[in-house]
Amino acid sequence: MSDTEERQAAPDGTDADHEEPGTADSAVEEAAKSTPRGIPLRVQNLRKEFGGITAVADASFHVEAGSLTGLIGPNGAGKSTTFNCIAGVHRPTAGKVYFQGEDITGLRPEQVANKGLVRTFQIAREMEDMTVLENMMLAPRGQVGESLAYSVLPGLRDQVVTQEEDLRERAWETLEFFEIDHLAGDYAGSLSGGQRKLLEMARVLMTDPEMVLLDEPLAGVNPTLEKKLLERVHELRDQGLTFLLVEHDMDIIMNHCEHIIVMHQGKVLAEGGAEDIRNDDRVIDAYLGETL
Amino acid sequence: MSNSPRERLSVLRTRFSQGGGVNDAALLLVTMLALWVLFAAVGMYLQYDTAGVLGTVVNMTFLVAVYALAVLALNLQWGYAGLFNIGVAGFMAVGAYSVGILSGDPGGTPAGFGLPLPIGILGAMLIAALVGLVAAFPALRLRADYLAIATVAMSEIIRTTLLARPFAEITGAGQGFRNFPSNPARTLYYENPGDVTSEPNAIGEAVFGVFESLGVARTNLVVDLTYALLLLVIVGIVYVLSRRTGNSPFGRVLKAIREDELVAESLGKDTRLFKIKIFMLGCALMGLAGALWQGLGNQSVNPTTNFLPVLTFYIFIALIVGGSGSNTGSVLGGAVFAALLFLLPTYISNIVSTFNLTLPRPNSAVEAVTPLFSADPMPLVGFVVANIDSMRFIIIGVLLVWLMQNRPDGLLGHRKEVASSVDLMQRDRKRGQTAATDGGRSQGGESDE
Ligand SMILES: Nc1ncnc2c1ncn2[C@@H]1O[C@H](COP(=O)(O)OP(=O)(O)O)[C@@H](O)[C@H]1O
Ligand SMILES: [Mg+2]
Repeated sequence: MSDTEERQAAPDGTDADHEEPGTADSAVEEAAKSTPRGIPLRVQNLRKEFGGITAVADASFHVEAGSLTGLIGPNGAGKSTTFNCIAGVHRPTAGKVYFQGEDITGLRPEQVANKGLVRTFQIAREMEDMTVLENMMLAPRGQVGESLAYSVLPGLRDQVVTQEEDLRERAWETLEFFEIDHLAGDYAGSLSGGQRKLLEMARVLMTDPEMVLLDEPLAGVNPTLEKKLLERVHELRDQGLTFLLVEHDMDIIMNHCEHIIVMHQGKVLAEGGAEDIRNDDRVIDAYLGETL
Repeated sequence: MSNSPRERLSVLRTRFSQGGGVNDAALLLVTMLALWVLFAAVGMYLQYDTAGVLGTVVNMTFLVAVYALAVLALNLQWGYAGLFNIGVAGFMAVGAYSVGILSGDPGGTPAGFGLPLPIGILGAMLIAALVGLVAAFPALRLRADYLAIATVAMSEIIRTTLLARPFAEITGAGQGFRNFPSNPARTLYYENPGDVTSEPNAIGEAVFGVFESLGVARTNLVVDLTYALLLLVIVGIVYVLSRRTGNSPFGRVLKAIREDELVAESLGKDTRLFKIKIFMLGCALMGLAGALWQGLGNQSVNPTTNFLPVLTFYIFIALIVGGSGSNTGSVLGGAVFAALLFLLPTYISNIVSTFNLTLPRPNSAVEAVTPLFSADPMPLVGFVVANIDSMRFIIIGVLLVWLMQNRPDGLLGHRKEVASSVDLMQRDRKRGQTAATDGGRSQGGESDE
């Protein structure tokens, strides 16, 4: 964890960018195509249809740099589908996605991830037959040893070993940060649901992301772990990471996110701070029957 | 830092599977020695002469080595990346024919190009890899099941092409292909290795002399022994390289692809590229196995009897027996399958006949089984012994059922080798501290971006 900045500069120096929080202002609206650095993620008129079903219907929103933005909405509102369109799992039917000023619409998942926009899954997807540490070591970008020649040939292999030793220490530190280092040697398949969510978060961090998309990271997590996870998210946010958090539970979003986007039937219903959302009539209507 | 017994056990376990290279090599060596002793004992029991005993052992060693090679190749594809290649036999055929055509005698029929053997072998591997690319490229981009269909189709297309009359001048078609270059062991011992009547060279004279004094006058046997030992060395090299491939960041991505490809993609891995690379590498090694086995080893191939789909099936069984995903398991599975399941049964009827039992010879399975009701097993025993070649399938089937129930992960059990170039459990805090003083996220707190 501690050498993230340094690592980032070393293997892929081109990726290291300089964000200046606070440059987002009204002028931004005009320059849709060249989103300023202050707004890493911008979604414009995003639309996704599955056969006859319109899962996302012209949703537009943006996420500010260094923010913890919440995305809420009742089940089936299109949150996961929006995530999948941003992350490249689905190709949007229409609309645009910009990340750090670059059009990333329709890129493949690995291309999106390699730009520093990394996601977690609603249902934690661990490599069950890989150990916790293997899971962690998989994630970092720019590993020399991912080239077949480097990992096999005697002369080149030394570089791989050196990098592996560095990454290993970083993996351990990240596991400590999430307090799951005691599970390091266990198979991921033997972890509890909550521990898997922690591992998934830890694994995402190993990629050195600019921004993290969290799809219901707290679903099925017990209150103790939930608190731990949220604390970690806040800590990382304070260190400059940007989060977009999907959560079904209104209270969590209200208490933790400074900016909230409400989706309903594939559309963005409302946007704003917790107070605005709490008092928004349309949101109350949409959530009628559910407690705010 | 962790001291509870459970944690220590987990540390030990991982360390064993990670740094277990020495243990694994020892296990394989002991297995090979045990098989040598067993087959020598079988030969001696059957009162073969020294040459006969040696021949039994050499024959087994050859088969163990070539199976191990093929299984290691399949393990890279299926064990690591989960790529279901059921056209193994086809890629082996490509390897065997390629080495023959590239390095065969230009004067023979069908004529070869007469290139030096190393070029022939590398060429065979390259051609097999390219055929693999052709078979897999469209399929790898689609779902996994398409690859299975594409490979099995490719395997049969290759075989029928090799049989096709229009290509007879290149492949020999239904006549088969015999114009293989001499194997390197023969080249080592003979003045003119291509000629059966050639005189041995100085090395040959010396080595044949030694064996003759031990009672082995058949020089062919000495050549075969040398070739089998050479193959074991090649297995060793491929084993080490496969281990490195698996225990590396590259192998880690393969494993991740097998487990959950979408996750690997979401972490920024171009999984298609990894799949194509490992598929081609696996096919190249299958080509190597074909070149060394049916090509240089047997010196004669015929698509009507060689490279049938059943060969692919055998190689899969061997991998399952040993434990898919483990290189050590692959070699072990290849050895156990080739020696104990494939070869040993052929000696059984000879062994049984030494007991001087007068076994009944029932003509059908019904006649063999019915007497069981009157507690007379002999007709069944007699039937099994008389039909041992076909019984092999039943024995293999029974073994598979037993494995599925008792050791679903193969003989070695759940022994997935940890994919990393270093021992992951062995921390090195120093690296972390130096990095931390340079200013990191959790250190400084404030981001200097
Ligand atoms: N792959 C798919 N095929 C067809 N319909 C889908 C698919 N994924 C999601 N949907 C539909 O799209 C709508 C939005 O789903 P989703 O994005 O998962 O909602 P949320 O995550 O907000 O609960 C739902 O009606 C769902 O049934
Ligand atoms: Mg969802």
